[in-house]
Amino acid sequence: MPGEAVSCRGLKKYYADVKAVDGLDLSVGNGECFGLLGPNGAGKTTTIEILEGLTVPDDGQVEVLGMTWKQNERRLRERIGISLQETQLSEKLTVHETVRLFRSFYPAGPDPDSLIHDMSLDEKRNSRVGKLSGGQKQRLAAACALVGDPDILFLDEPTTGLDPQSRLQLWEVVAKFRSLTTHYMEEAERLCDRIAIVDHGHLIALGTPKELIAKLEAPNIIEFTSDPALPPDTFQDIPGCHGCSPRGNAWQLRVDSLAEAVPQLIAAVEESGAKLVTLSTHAATLEDLFVSLTGRELRDA
Amino acid sequence: MPEKIRPAIIELTSVRTKEFVRETEAIFWVFGFPLILALALGFAFREKAPDRVPVAVLAGPSSQKEVAALSKSPALSPRVLNEAEAHDALRHGKVSLVIDSSHSLTYRYDPTSPDGRTARREADDALQAAAGRRDVMPARDEFVREQGARYIDFLIPGLLGMNLMGTGMWGMGFTIANARMKKLLKRLIATPMRKSQYVMSQFLSRLIFLTVEVIVLVAFGWLVFGVRVNGSILALTILCIVGGYAFSGLGLLTASRARTLEGVSGLMNLIMMPMWLCSGVFFSYERFPSSVKPFIRALPLTMLNDALRAVMNDAAPLTKVLPHLAVLAAWGIVTFAIGLKIFRWQ
Ligand SMILES: Nc1ncnc2c1ncn2[C@@H]1O[C@H](COP(=O)(O)OP(=O)(O)OP(=O)(O)O)[C@@H](O)[C@H]1O
Ligand SMILES: [Mg+2]
Repeated sequence: MPGEAVSCRGLKKYYADVKAVDGLDLSVGNGECFGLLGPNGAGKTTTIEILEGLTVPDDGQVEVLGMTWKQNERRLRERIGISLQETQLSEKLTVHETVRLFRSFYPAGPDPDSLIHDMSLDEKRNSRVGKLSGGQKQRLAAACALVGDPDILFLDEPTTGLDPQSRLQLWEVVAKFRSLTTHYMEEAERLCDRIAIVDHGHLIALGTPKELIAKLEAPNIIEFTSDPALPPDTFQDIPGCHGCSPRGNAWQLRVDSLAEAVPQLIAAVEESGAKLVTLSTHAATLEDLFVSLTGRELRDA
Repeated sequence: MPEKIRPAIIELTSVRTKEFVRETEAIFWVFGFPLILALALGFAFREKAPDRVPVAVLAGPSSQKEVAALSKSPALSPRVLNEAEAHDALRHGKVSLVIDSSHSLTYRYDPTSPDGRTARREADDALQAAAGRRDVMPARDEFVREQGARYIDFLIPGLLGMNLMGTGMWGMGFTIANARMKKLLKRLIATPMRKSQYVMSQFLSRLIFLTVEVIVLVAFGWLVFGVRVNGSILALTILCIVGGYAFSGLGLLTASRARTLEGVSGLMNLIMMPMWLCSGVFFSYERFPSSVKPFIRALPLTMLNDALRAVMNDAAPLTKVLPHLAVLAAWGIVTFAIGLKIFRWQ
């Protein structure tokens, strides 16, 4: 089924002192897994809740499955599945009771027990929600999102606090579906067909993970510290270097070729009379893209 | 074999009911507390010889003779005090009347105190008789102790009304505010669930507990104190349901916007306090000045208590409590309508 699953234009949501979303355009195709990546407070939750019809934008248009929230709220609700960033499901109910309750809201969907099985919660079927671990609660939330057999799945930070195994498990489920927000760039890179990077309510980059990384003119990153610390002009002229940015007390250099740049850097550092303390290299990631676009890091921006 | 999926309204009601049953403390406040209150008050006010009113006789040459005369009255407990002591005792309510016979016979008392007035009449009768007054007409007393006229008969319907108010308001208000705070309401409206179904299920599960509550309290009053339902059970049932509806609505309205549990608790107490005090739970509101009585009668708890007493004590038929039912239903309709209108789901 070609066409747009979700689209928005000129989305704006201002709170008293912050512009949570500031003129955002997005378009997600049918069958696409789309990720919103950005630091805390970037406006991811606000955006996704506007798309989910839970928050009314100050300005802009939203269309989901070709419908608007104003005109088709109920039909849309039956066709989307949602996990919010911070819902606490009722602690006094069991896992099975919770899933069955949510199932009763939808006209069609999987059997509660098979869903519980898919989420590996069989053992906890009759445990109270209050007694579940954080990760188990996340999986229950995912089960409640899937319970109406949705056409679109909106997940807000679905794997925060999950152990690696549970995260993989949830990824498998998500892989069958389409939309999520995250600030784990690894998650976004692996799962998403396309990713939008947002910061301060603005879209700062959009594309497939490969395209985004390719945007970074240089595919490799060198990270080093020296004693004493050096000003950028000592190594900016290394051939093939496309720029540098500070990261903690280290410098990050974006370079074309490691083989070429590393010896030159060592030479440059020695020439200036300083000593190299640490040196590491890696292939560029979305995180590096974010750093190069904003000069800040994703996690503590 | 796939599980049968029940309609949302049934799921919501059943889930709400389970949540409540699993909340141990709540069970105590709903079922245990009113019984303890009934037991304590029932015994404190059980029938016994009426208390004697303490009165003071000012010390003087004739005080012993006066004490002897006053002791003949079954309503008085006299003692001799000097001027200063008597003054303090009267001021602090330790005695209700001071008798001063140093010059002419003088009664000192607070005319607004019923005890003072009773003591004045009794003491005067006793002293005049001792001084030789003869009654011109013989008279005798006939005591009436009818079932349905004791304090406990008055109290049990009042407690029932108070309990319906408390559980109705807390049951709705607290659950809703709590679900809002935990973003559970937000999660629920993100599903195709109808908002009216949620509110309806809250009320339905209230009705389930209301049934248990009423049966427990009425059975307790009957078994322990012999308080009977003189009117029809049907009338009592209808009253409880309509009363429960009015207070559920008030609870919904109270919790319709509150963001915190503290906020909703404060508001609840603010709304319930005047009714605890004025609606005649423990004492009749007939004593209030007639200018405020119309307001008191407009309160839902007043209407519920009056109607419950009419049915339980005076065997009033349903037609006699129709005005009460109308006021209660009006409270329910208006509070539900406004509450839903201004309801904050997130
Ligand atoms: N209801 C609100 N009232 C006022 N400000 C708000 C409200 N909701 C969000 N904000 C602000 O809007 C900005 C964006 O918040 P949002 O929750 O969308 O960020 P986020 O990208 O989801 O962050 P995180 O990764 O921490 O979840 C933040 O600065 C936040 O403080
Ligand atoms: Mg968020």
